[in-house]
Amino acid sequence: MGRALIEVAGPLAAQAQFSFVNVALALLMVAVAVALSFWQRLSLEKDMLLACARAFVQLLAIGYVIQLVFRSRSFWFVLLLLTAMVLFAAITSGRRLRPLPGAYAIAAIAITLASALTLVLLVALDVVPSTARYVVPLGGMIVGNAMNVVSVVGTRLREELESERRTIEAALALAASPSQATRPSLRRAVRVAMIPLIDNTKTIGLVFLPGAMTGMILAGADPLDAVKLQAIVMYMLIGTVAIAAAVAAYLVQRQLFTRHEQLRRLSSG
Amino acid sequence: MHHDQPTTAASAGRESGKSPRLTVDGLCLDVPDGEQATRRLLDDVGFSVLAGEVFTILGPSGSGKSSLLRCLDRLNEPTAGRVLIGGQDMRDLPVREVRRRVGMVFQQPVLFPGSIADNVLYGLRARAAEPTDPDGLVGDLLARVGLPPDWSGHSTRDLSGGEAQRVALARALANGPQILLLDEPTAALDRSASARIERLLVEMGSATDLTLVWVTHDLDQARRIGHSGLILVDGRVVEQGSLTTLLADPAAEVARLFVAGDLDSGPAAT
Repeated sequence: MGRALIEVAGPLAAQAQFSFVNVALALLMVAVAVALSFWQRLSLEKDMLLACARAFVQLLAIGYVIQLVFRSRSFWFVLLLLTAMVLFAAITSGRRLRPLPGAYAIAAIAITLASALTLVLLVALDVVPSTARYVVPLGGMIVGNAMNVVSVVGTRLREELESERRTIEAALALAASPSQATRPSLRRAVRVAMIPLIDNTKTIGLVFLPGAMTGMILAGADPLDAVKLQAIVMYMLIGTVAIAAAVAAYLVQRQLFTRHEQLRRLSSG
Repeated sequence: MHHDQPTTAASAGRESGKSPRLTVDGLCLDVPDGEQATRRLLDDVGFSVLAGEVFTILGPSGSGKSSLLRCLDRLNEPTAGRVLIGGQDMRDLPVREVRRRVGMVFQQPVLFPGSIADNVLYGLRARAAEPTDPDGLVGDLLARVGLPPDWSGHSTRDLSGGEAQRVALARALANGPQILLLDEPTAALDRSASARIERLLVEMGSATDLTLVWVTHDLDQARRIGHSGLILVDGRVVEQGSLTTLLADPAAEVARLFVAGDLDSGPAAT
């Protein structure tokens, strides 16, 4: 019995087609969660239902868009889609960097630079085929990770600016340059932003099966192929995240000072 | 205290033909206050100080003393007015050159992680001017601020408040400043450490031609340290001149209130 089940999950799954009935049935688990929330008075019912509805609509929309891009077989559509991703990411990250002057521009530059460099390198070195099927989902991962890192670096640097204000000004008063005065803070911010991904990379496969690999296995690919792609994904993300963190830190640092090398006060007081 | 140089008010210096080391003229500082509005922290502040002179800035808390000092190191950008350092407009000098010539010691000594030597050499290393004999230089500077010269390798972690303030002072002196700004340098220390740091600074002021601009809210301290000075209330100079007359017989009503202790004179919070 158990053996038969495993076989069914094997090659047959490659042809698996999901109907909306399957999706609707999966909602049963949401119903359980809602019931739990109601029973325990967590007041999360509305949030959960709204989140599920939003996720479905958003995924459906992006699914159609990606389908369209795949069918068009046009490089320009791919570029347009990636640009839109970067734009959304920059707006999300930029909001986190406010009230820093030029917050959105900083986020856009850091995310674009890191994403473009990684993607161009992957395609130019022929690490992955330069087809929409690879570039779009990998691009999404790259942009998403770059976005997270820029948000963390920006938020952290703003906190450092408040907590380390006296140290930074003591350094400035000794005729240090802004970049010298903020170097320890910058280092801490970049480290904090990069550590989660590095830890993920370390424990990958032990604690959880990562997304790309899970997806490929579910889609019926050879697990070893899935592993290879996953390794590529992890390595490229480390590069992306490092570039995004460094660029964001550099740009944020510059905005923290006036042109006379005075540390700005961003919050009131 | 014995002085070789003229050490009375700046006007006396001008009469003797000596140009002031520091001149502040019509200095105003506005800071943002809410969305659109600004608040005036300093209003038309002017004074001048000679080489080797100790100039005292007195005033109640929140009167703008610290803001004034920060303008002199260009940590704040004045909204209007001029600051001349050795006759040169501060804005004509690169900002790091201003901060090299004008040292600053804060109320709370903030030391960098690392050794005492790392702190003392910070300014020199920042501009890639590592001395040929760093150990000797650090030892000399530590001796000048009354610390054992062989402490240079010690970590800054275990220092007392007074010792930390001495390291901060040595660190500022390492840059070879012409002017040293002191922002309530003894206010955060216990009484005996405070007295010793005060004595050290006064001796340093009289032994060298270093110009000291010393912010304090403590009238007794002002009587002991200063040659000339001013009283700042709500960002305006209400009294200025020789400290002896300033404190004994202030002309302005508000200055009289301050000297009499009727204005709040707690540690500055600006």
